[in-house]
Amino acid sequence: MADEGNDKQGAPKGLPSPDPAGYFEGESMNRRAAFTIGVQAIGGLAGAAIVLPAIGFAAAPLFEEEDQPWQAVGSTSDFTPDTYQAVVITAVEDIGETGKTTAFIRQGNPTITANQTKYPPETSDEYIAISTRCAHLGCPVNFVQAAGNFICPCHGGVYGFLGERIGGPPVRPLDRFQTRVVNGQVEVGNRFSVTNSLDPVRARDPGEFTGGVWEYLYPPRPSVPPPP
Amino acid sequence: MPKIPRPGPLSRPAPPGERVNGGNGNGASPVDVAKDAGADTLGWIDERTGGSSFLTGMLYRKVPKGTNWFYTLGSATLFAFTFQALTGVFLAMYYTPSPTQAYGSITHLTNDVWMGEFVRGMHKWGATVMIVCIFLHMGRTFFFGAYKYPRELNWVIGVVLIILTLVMGLTGYLLPFDQRSYWATIVANNITGTGPVVGPYLADFLRAGPEIGATTLARFYAIHMLLVPGLIIALIGAHLYLVVKLGTTAPPWMKAARPKAAARKEEVG
Repeated sequence: MADEGNDKQGAPKGLPSPDPAGYFEGESMNRRAAFTIGVQAIGGLAGAAIVLPAIGFAAAPLFEEEDQPWQAVGSTSDFTPDTYQAVVITAVEDIGETGKTTAFIRQGNPTITANQTKYPPETSDEYIAISTRCAHLGCPVNFVQAAGNFICPCHGGVYGFLGERIGGPPVRPLDRFQTRVVNGQVEVGNRFSVTNSLDPVRARDPGEFTGGVWEYLYPPRPSVPPPP
Repeated sequence: MPKIPRPGPLSRPAPPGERVNGGNGNGASPVDVAKDAGADTLGWIDERTGGSSFLTGMLYRKVPKGTNWFYTLGSATLFAFTFQALTGVFLAMYYTPSPTQAYGSITHLTNDVWMGEFVRGMHKWGATVMIVCIFLHMGRTFFFGAYKYPRELNWVIGVVLIILTLVMGLTGYLLPFDQRSYWATIVANNITGTGPVVGPYLADFLRAGPEIGATTLARFYAIHMLLVPGLIIALIGAHLYLVVKLGTTAPPWMKAARPKAAARKEEVG
C-alpha cells in the first residue's frame, strides 16, 4: 500500500516520490480504507435496523403468554368415574370452528388406581380431562367405549383408560387439562403434558418425549404455564 | 425453416442529416418505414442493452452430440413453475387467508367464479406435475453423471430448488383450509417439532404459537406466495446461468471422440 501512487502521472523521475494519495504522515490507515469500513458499518447498521425487527416480528408469537381462561363444561353430575364424556372447548379464541378442540372428561376413579404404584392415585372429588390431541403427531384420538381405549385414526396409536400409552407410535401419554369445580360446575383450564408415569410436566407439542433427559432435549416454550 | 429476423451487429448511427433511410424517415416512403418498424424497435433496444448478443449466445449455444428428450425435463419443470406462478396470481385475486373465510373463498372461487374450477385445478394438478418433473430432472442429472465437475454447484442449487418446491407443496396444502389441509398441517408441524432442542421452536415459528391459530394461515400464505417463490426465481436464475455458462454434458453412452489414452494424457498434462 505504501508504494501506491508512486506511478502517479506527473511525478518526475529522480525526485522523491510524492506521498500516496490520501495519506498524511504517520497515518496507519488511508482514506479509502477508512471510508470502506465506515460505509460498510453504516450499511450494516441500516440493514440490521430493518432485518432484526422483521425477525422479531415473525418470531413474536413464541413469547406470547398463553394462559387459557377457565371454561365451564358441565355440572359435576354430568361426569361419572367409569366412562368419558366428550366436551368441546375453545383452544384459540376468535377464529371460529378452527379454534375448537375436544376433551374427554370423567370423575376421578380411586378403585382403578388403588392396587398399583405406577400411577398417582385419584380421588373421587377430582375430575380428569384428557386432551384428544394424539401424542404422536396431533391427530384427534377417540375414546372407544367397547375397548375402553383411546385410539388414533392416523397411525394407530392406542392409549389405555388413564390416557397412558399402550401401543403404536406415540411417545408419551395423552395430554391433560387442569380442572376445578366452581359452584357445581366443572371447569377446564390450561393444558399440561404428563410423563409415562402420569406425573404432570409443562405442556409439550405432540411427538416430543417427556420425563428424564427428554425434558432438556425438548424444552417447553418459554411462555408455557407451569403444571399443576 | 423461416429465417428469424434479428438485428445485425452494432454500428454507430450516422449523424443526423446524413441519414437516408430509417432515422426520422427522411426520404423513405411511409411503407418502407412501416416495414422496418419492427427491426427498428428491436435495433433501438439492442443498441441500448446489447441483449441480442446475450440472447444469441444463449439460444444458439452448442450442445453435445446425443442430446435427447431427457434434456427437456429441466425446461418442463421451468414451464410448470411459470404456470404455477401465473395461475397462483389469479387464485390470489379471490382467496382470503383468514381462518373463518379461507374455506368459503375457496368454494366461492371453485364453484361461482367463471373458469375458477379450471384455474384452481390447473394450480392443483400443476403442483403435482412440477414435483414429478423436478424429480425426473434430478434423476436424469444423476444417472447421466451430469452433476460431476465442474457442475457440482449447479447440483447443489438444484437440490435447494427441490426442497423449496416441496416447501411450496407443504405450505400450499393448508390454504384450502378443509379437514384434509388442517390435519395434514397439524401432522407436518408436529413432525417439525420432533427434532431435538430446536424442533419445538421451529414448530412454534411455523405455527405462530402453540396451536394452529389466526396467524398460522396468513403465515403459510405469505411463505407460499411471497417468500419461497422469490427464492425459487432467484435460484432458477443462478441455475440457468450456470447451465449456459458450463454447457450440458453428453449422455454417458456417447463414445469419446478421441482414444481414451490420449484423453487421459491430456488431463494429466
